[in-house]
Amino acid sequence: MDTNDIRVAVLLIEGTNNEQEVYLAFKRLGADPELLHLKQLISKKDLSDYQCLMIPGGFSAGDYVRAGAIFAARIKSALRKQLMEFAENGYPIGGICNGFQVLVELGLLPALESKMSDYPQASLAINDSARFECRPTLLKHESKGNCIFTKDIPYQEVVLMPSAHAEGKFLFPLEKQDEYLQRLIDNDQVVFRYVDTQGNYASYPWNPNGSLYNIAAICNLEGNVFGMMPHPERVFYRYTHPDWTRVYKENGDGKAIFESVLEYIRRKF
Amino acid sequence: MEADVTISLNKGVADPEGSNVKKALNLLGFEEVMNVRTMKTFRIDLATNDRVKAKKDVEEMCKKLLANPVIQSYQIELR
Repeated sequence: MDTNDIRVAVLLIEGTNNEQEVYLAFKRLGADPELLHLKQLISKKDLSDYQCLMIPGGFSAGDYVRAGAIFAARIKSALRKQLMEFAENGYPIGGICNGFQVLVELGLLPALESKMSDYPQASLAINDSARFECRPTLLKHESKGNCIFTKDIPYQEVVLMPSAHAEGKFLFPLEKQDEYLQRLIDNDQVVFRYVDTQGNYASYPWNPNGSLYNIAAICNLEGNVFGMMPHPERVFYRYTHPDWTRVYKENGDGKAIFESVLEYIRRKF
Repeated sequence: MEADVTISLNKGVADPEGSNVKKALNLLGFEEVMNVRTMKTFRIDLATNDRVKAKKDVEEMCKKLLANPVIQSYQIELR
């Protein structure tokens, strides 16, 4: 299908606050994004009219209970079946920051056994520092080709994207941690890991939250559901990189994420 | 009837807020403070007096929203 026919639903509820950047990223690339409140999607629109669903960052429902929990519970109660079908048909679902937390709470990520687990299999817990961490972070691309959101980024390339979150520490249940992590690695579901300037997997402050295995982003088994804590939409242009006057890049590092998913949709549908 | 739902972090899960409070209390001179864990309580008013139904409903609430079993457990007290 043509790029200008690709309809992207950018989903929001009260407290979402990165929807404009995500909307603009798709708009600038020639697609047809739409800002959609969850209530509109439930009552007036049909998810099957879209080819991509994005859940942007922010503080949905005030981050009460747990970040993303209320947004996820509301989606699940109304759209569970449609969402499952959407994912099963291979349409991309992306979650950034708070959106990642929502996808984990929904059971769409990591979804080690099925498309959507009944209860969360992982958690994005409070940062080790117990505070909001907001700064540029370096990420090494680890996907060997499974993730459709990062196809345009070479394997092992280090990219810069800003992080801004208080709850981003990726965790599995302690008693199953080793088993689940091994499966995540074997399935090629680890997409980005935090690194230092030398490209080494490093602890705080390079890993802003204390995430297990330095995980910053994961995808599902099929690679069409993707969640990441850092914000690619904030580095769409090279001049929103903090070092843009010193290091020349043609594009912002985040642009490739949006290009990759559009390329996938163009080819597949 | 009222239900108090207390959400606590599972054993072994780091509690950064708790550790910070412990450190602060130690610095204030409370040297006997060995460990602090944070918990969150939701007090839920229910329009029913049926204890069995209330217990079942509140458990469902915990599973659907209030607790993430990966890191948290819940305790329900009906009053």
